[in-house]
Order: sequence, then structure tokens, then C-alpha cells
Amino acid sequence: MATIVEFVLNGRKRADAVPGNRLLLDHLREAAGLTGTKTGCDGGECGACTVLVDDRPTLSCLTLAATVAGRRVDTVEALGQGGALSAVQRGFHEKLGSQCGYCTPGFVMASAGLLRRNAQPTEAEIREALGSNICRCTGYVKIIEAVRFASELLATGEARHA
Amino acid sequence: MNEIVPIHPIGGYVPMVDGPEKVSGRARYTADFIAPGTLAGRIYRSPYAHAEIIEVDVSEAAKVPGVVAIVTGADCDKTFGVLPIARNEHPLARDRVRYRGEPVAAVAAVDEATADKAVRLIGMRVRELPAYFKAAEALASDAVPLHERRPGNIEREVNFELGSAVEGFAAADLVREATYNCAEVCQNQMEMHAALAEYDAVRDRMTVHASTQVPYYVHLMLAQVLGMDMARIRVVKPFVGGGFGSRTECLNVELIAALLARKAGGAVRIVLSREDTFITHRGRPETDIRLKIGLTSAGKITAVECECIQRGGAHSGYGVVTILYAGSMLYAIYNLDAVKYVGKRVLTNTPPCGAFRGHGTVDVRFAFESLLDQMAGELGLDPMALRRANLLKAPTFTANDMMVNSYGLPECIDWVERESGWNARKGRLLCADGKRKGLGFACSHYISGASKPVNWTGEPHATVKLKLDFDGSVVVLTGAADIGQGSSTILVQTVAEVLGLDIGRVRIVSGDSDVVPKDNGSYSSRVTFIVGNAAIDAANKLRGVLVAAAARRLEAAPEDIECMGEVYRAGAQDKGLTFEEVVEEALKDEGTVTVTGIYSTIPESHGGKKYRGAAIGGTMGYSYSAQVVEVTVDEETGEVTVDRVWVAHDCGRALNRLTVEGQVQGSVWMGMGQAMSEETGYHEGLLVTANMLDYRVPTIQDSPPIAVGIVESNDPHGPFGAKEAGEGSLAAFLPALTNAIADATGLRFNNLPVTPDRVFAAIERRERGRPGSDPSRRSGSDPSHRSSALYTGVRGEGSDPVLPGPNGST
Repeated sequence: MATIVEFVLNGRKRADAVPGNRLLLDHLREAAGLTGTKTGCDGGECGACTVLVDDRPTLSCLTLAATVAGRRVDTVEALGQGGALSAVQRGFHEKLGSQCGYCTPGFVMASAGLLRRNAQPTEAEIREALGSNICRCTGYVKIIEAVRFASELLATGEARHA
Repeated sequence: MNEIVPIHPIGGYVPMVDGPEKVSGRARYTADFIAPGTLAGRIYRSPYAHAEIIEVDVSEAAKVPGVVAIVTGADCDKTFGVLPIARNEHPLARDRVRYRGEPVAAVAAVDEATADKAVRLIGMRVRELPAYFKAAEALASDAVPLHERRPGNIEREVNFELGSAVEGFAAADLVREATYNCAEVCQNQMEMHAALAEYDAVRDRMTVHASTQVPYYVHLMLAQVLGMDMARIRVVKPFVGGGFGSRTECLNVELIAALLARKAGGAVRIVLSREDTFITHRGRPETDIRLKIGLTSAGKITAVECECIQRGGAHSGYGVVTILYAGSMLYAIYNLDAVKYVGKRVLTNTPPCGAFRGHGTVDVRFAFESLLDQMAGELGLDPMALRRANLLKAPTFTANDMMVNSYGLPECIDWVERESGWNARKGRLLCADGKRKGLGFACSHYISGASKPVNWTGEPHATVKLKLDFDGSVVVLTGAADIGQGSSTILVQTVAEVLGLDIGRVRIVSGDSDVVPKDNGSYSSRVTFIVGNAAIDAANKLRGVLVAAAARRLEAAPEDIECMGEVYRAGAQDKGLTFEEVVEEALKDEGTVTVTGIYSTIPESHGGKKYRGAAIGGTMGYSYSAQVVEVTVDEETGEVTVDRVWVAHDCGRALNRLTVEGQVQGSVWMGMGQAMSEETGYHEGLLVTANMLDYRVPTIQDSPPIAVGIVESNDPHGPFGAKEAGEGSLAAFLPALTNAIADATGLRFNNLPVTPDRVFAAIERRERGRPGSDPSRRSGSDPSHRSSALYTGVRGEGSDPVLPGPNGST
């Protein structure tokens, strides 16, 4: 009962045979080999699987792969440009927004989604945008600093991409 | 040439050396190894809390097309466990199941759907036994023992009295006693447990990728359970998504994957669900504490009496150590003379507890700092002044023979006092719109590595190897597991510091038993201190090799060679040799250079012999922490908001200020989860909170700013003076929070977590003018209440007490 689903994954067009019950998360990890997107819970609890669908942060564990037909899907692997880290990635690395790193791809994508629609968010807006992502290591303090730093990098032109 | 100076990576804000992998998705965790042909493993778990197994029926499961192997307890009669004295757990239950969710059988199949289908067809016939979900039930005189070797269901009872408690209390001006209950909590690290086992049937070799904090323990237990020669086993630790103690033991998942892989003759990957990760547990036990403290009117502690009962779950695990820590770590923070401790570790039909961050110390510290705060109020003493009246003077040995060489607690207290505006603001915060604000203060401490390793082999406590090759790169080889705490970064910085090099020249390989030296693992905050010292030793040896090579090439005496990192020279006027030239010289005769650094703790740090188990708590250096928490309590809803936290942590010396801050903030925050929202819940032994919605982890919206002050007491034995930074600040949050709530509302909460419904109920009672409904929980209670209150194990519905008199801030 697979259907052929055409979509743009990390900037490249694909046409994949997708069983109707396959989750986007599993499709990305097991069929596309993009294991940067993480499974952190049994469904919709933690945000580790967050990807961007048409720039909008989306829980890939609650999304059927077949529903991304005709859409753009971006995972954490898409962010770096020419091997360099994006603004958000630099923020999480340099400001220690990431410790064990397991929740990081989800936070990075939720943050990238935020900065793509609002490059200069307030702290309250950062907290709201990341409110459905769980981190167990940082206490979130440095995650907020990481997103602010990314926002500064974009404002000063030091980084071009969220 | 003169501008070339040695580089000093120690002490800076250094991002983690493996950070780029983590932020780009390139970091691979165990579940990310998805190879074609790997079988999917699934576990069948007991639906019974306590039962004798009559039969495990896998006949229908075996008929499912695509099922390759099934294992049950019948396939393995060996046991495992972390402590050599208590290795009694079967990877798959045999004869008896002891908690709901205990693994009974496992299936390897071509894909997960097939494995799931097969597991649903497995059944078991049993004779049910009485099950005990609370410590008090398991301790009842007619209770059936969970383990025959443990009649009475006591895994370990600890009794000691050092000094005379009776005399100490007689000398006190104020004696108070209270009971406390801390709910069971779970590490709930973000990466769910996973194992990938690959069995090479041709060579009879086993390779296991495991999400573990101690690859060495996994290695040992694989050999024991599989009955394989250790030399045939390889353990790989890829990136690990947190641990917080849940992975300081070999878990059943690694062993089951290996049993399946051998039977299937191939590779089996098991990735647990979040629910099963919760059931695997190894968290902090539900703890009941009765604490009695005597103080002089000046606030000097004259005596302490503490009874601690831990609901340990169905197997030993770390239990003996946990109940010993709870007693021994009463010491080494304040100057105590007379202490009486009774600890009971109880076996119950719930998932096994383990070593959660702050192992054994957290709940007792909560009780201790709560009672001190309450008594400070009664004596009219400032809570900080009360602590200052009881400080240690380093260097010293405590009454239980713990070695304290550095002690930055006074400076920690000074820092939070100043930064929080304590003296001007305590008791004077404005309140409005039904909201009350308060400040609370508490202290805590932790060890920098258990001085005695769990497995006493006679080897050094840590071994680090360095490899220097033709390319001029220095590679650190270590078995120390980076689980996100940043240990690899610290070891790279350490080696680079000694060699005067930029960290970019130093790489690290950790966690592959084929390549790296054995390490005792990432537990008890040991890596920076113990492995760090071994890394310094190794780097000094490598530096010696390089200096000798430079001396040869420059025809100078080694003692005249100046190591500038990238340049070695004989005197300031000498042009010197580049690092590459020195390396070339060093390799000339012997080829690739490898050096071995070791570190062993000194006997003085091994704790005493004054009671059985007195070595537990012994360490080379204690970290110290002081915290002030500011809260707002909404009296209309019972909601408590933590507005800010100030925390000062004595880490000896901050080798990396960025990661020290991150560790301290993470500890504080994890303490906040335990204090305010996290608790497991069971229904007839069934874990009903096995997800991150019912097990309430604070979100970014709930989490406060946490200001970190770093206090550097320069421990004489620490690497560059350093001590631990990742655990010691957890415990103080809990009492600092409840002390702040008491400051705001006059309500003192002795039962955790302090949820809005508990706060609301207590406010209601206060407003109705009723005193606390349970007099045994009030200060100065009649001692006749104490044992009944202690053993009920009932979580304090309606029994949180009301203290007379709020702080007058309205």
C-alpha cells in the first residue's frame, strides 16, 4: 500500500515509495538515512524529532510521511552552508546550548524555524517557540543564550542563514 | 620568535570539542546505527508484579514468519549486577518475576512490526505472590521475601553512631525533629536506552554498541552473562544522550540484545520505547526520612539523628551504596561531632532504583537543610549565619574519616548572599494581587569521584594513553565516557595545557574497548578529577619525550630546553625548533610515540573503618554549593514560580568556565524538577507515569534564569586544582525552594514534589485557620508518633504542616 511521494528534502527533490502508515520520522531516519533527527519519546512528548515542513517546525513523529507530498522538508543536516555551521548551530555550539546533544537537532530546527519568521525574537518569544522541546541537560539557560547569539549573528551579518 | 608563548586552554570558555557533530546531526547515538540486515529486538515484559513463573510460552511467537530467535530465562542462568557483592539479577527472569515490566523473553525478527507481533503472542503461566509497592508493606513481619537471601526484604541496614547523640542533644538549646518524604524520580535522559549487538559466529566474537556511562561494566557483565571470554568481546560507546546515573550499571537491554544476537547468529538492535526506558528505571528511590537536630542558641549543631528508608525496587542494583551515601554524606559539609544514622534499603515490587545524579545525598540534604532553616527561624538566626556557625576548617578529616583538603563553602555563601541581595531583601519582598514572594537558602556538596573503585583490581584508578605520530597530532586514548558532560573536552584541554598547544592539535578517541585503555567510567563525578590527573601524568611524560628530543637536536641539556608549545628552544636567544621538527626527532629511533599516564587515589581518601561500609563517601575532594532561590507563590492557584536562582559552586578550579556553568545550571534545574513536579506513580505496581507528560519535566517556560558564581578553592590534589562541577549543586535546590516557599507563605513543605495542588491545599487549610492535620509532622512533635509516621510511607495528602507566622511581608 505504498504510494509514491514527491517532496523536497533538504533542497533536493525526491520521489519515495512510502507505506501509508509510515511516520515522517521513521522515513527520514530509516529510508533517507538522515539520523540527525532523533526519536526521544513515544509520540509528541519531547520535540527531539522536530523538522521544518515549509519552514514550519513540525513534529515528524506525529506526521505521516505521505502528507509531505509537494512540500519542503528540512532536517538538521540541511542547515550548514558549504560545511560551515548556521547561525543557530553556532549558537548552540559556542554558547553550550547543547550538552549531550540528543535533543539538539530538535531545538536547532525549532530555533531555525523561529528565526526564519522572526529574526529578532524577544526572550518571551524564544521561550514560546521552544516550549514543546524538552532538554534534560542544560536547564535551558544556555539554550536561550544560544538563540539570542544566533539572532545577533544574523543581525550583524556575521551569519546569513538561521 | 619571541611572541610565541605556550597556549593555556585551561580556565577559558571552551566550547565542547564534539559540539559541531551534535549541532549538525552528525553525532551518532546507538540507535543511529541502522545497517541493512540488522534484526529488530523486542522484549516481552512481565504483566505481574510478583509471581512464580510456571511456564513461559513462546510457541506461537516462534511460528510467526520472520522471527529469527527467541530467548527466555531458560537461555541464561547467569546473573548480573553492578556491585560484586550483589550480582543477583537475571537479564531475563527465571523462576520468579518481581516487578511489572521485568523482562521475561525477547524476540529478534526481520523488522520491528514482526518482532512486535511475536511478542504479543508470548504468554506466561504463573502463581501470583503478594506484591509490595511501598517500603512499609515489604517490611511487614509477614511479608514474603522477594529474594530468599534477603529475609525481611531488607537489602541492607546501616547503623552507626559516632560521638554520643544523647549527650549532644542534652547539650542543645533547641532540639527539633521532623519527617520528610521524597517521591521516586527518574533520570529520564533524552536518549532512550538502546543496544546494538553483533555476533560473529565464525570467530565467536561479540561487539556491542551501548548507550552506557561505563563501557567497562558492560564488558564485564556481557562476559559473565554470555559465559564468554572477555577477550572475545568488544564494547563501543558511541555518542550517549545523557545518563545522570541511569547508565552507570550494565542494563538488561545490552545483555538481552547480546543473548539474542548470539542465538540468531547475527546483529540485533534493541531500541527501547520511552515507556520501557522509564520501566528500566535505576532512578532515585522514594525516601522517608526522620531527622532530629540539636542546636545551641548560637546555632552550633550539637547532634544529628537520622533515619532513612529507601524503597529500592525489586533488585539490589546500587542499593547498598545508595543507603550508605545517605548516611556518610551527612558529613563533610558542616562540622558534626555526634551523628546517629539508621538506614534501611528495602526490596519492593517496583522497578529497581539506581544511582541518580547526587547519588544517595539529595533527599537527606533536603531534609537537613529544611530543618536547619526551620530551626534558624525559631532561634531568630539568619539561615546563613547558622551555616557559618558550623563550617569546617580545611584541611581536616571528618568524624567518619572523610578527607577534606579544600573547602570553598564560606565563599559560596558569601557570593549568593551578595548577588541575591539577601540581607536587604530576605523577608521584605513585596507582595500583591494574592501573590507572595520569598527567598530561600541552602547548601550542598558532593564527591569528586569515589576514591575506591567498585571493582578492586589493583590497577590504577585511571589510565590514559597519548599517541604522537608522524603527522604531529596528539591523540588522547581514554575509556572515559563522554555522556554530554564534556569529559572529552576537559581531557583535551588538559593535555593541550601541559603541552602548551592549541586544543586543535589534540584529538580524542574514547569508548571503544579495542582501542582505548579501560576506564572505571563516568560515575560519581570522577572523570575530571581522576582521569584528568591521569591525563596530566600522560602529558607530562609526552612533554618529557619531546624535551629530550629537542635537547638532542639542539645539542643542549634537557633541563635547558624551554617548551613553548609550538616551539622548543634552548634559551631565549635560540631560534628553536618547531613542534614538527621536535616530533620528527622524537620519532627517529622508536617510531610512533605512545605514553601512559596513570592516577591512583591516596589511601587517606579511602574513608574509614568505623562502621561497615564506611569507605562509601570517601573521595579526593568535595565540591560545595550554596544557593538562593526566589519564588512567587500564587495563593489563588497554588502555583509556585521560581523567579531566579543564584548558585555558587566550589569546583576547586574551573578548567572550562563554559561547561562548569552548564553543569551547574543543569544540576540546579534537575533539582528543580524533583522539587516541583517530577514523581513516578504506580497503580498496583504498574508504572502509570511512563511518559514525559505524566512524568512532568520542566519546560523552558517553567525554567528560571540561573546565575552561576564559580568559587575556586584550588584543591591540592585536583588537576590544576579542580574538583567536580556536575552534581554538587543539585541537592541544595530542593530545600532552597521549600525554604523560599516558607519565607513567602509561612507554609513548610516536607514532602516532595511541591505541586500546585499540595500548595493550594495547604493554603486552604491555613486560611481556614486549621493547624496542620498531622501533628507528627510539626516541629517539636511527640516522639511517639515518629515510627508510625515514618513507616506509613503514605505520601502526605493533606498532611503538609503549617508553621506559625508567615514572614510578615504582607
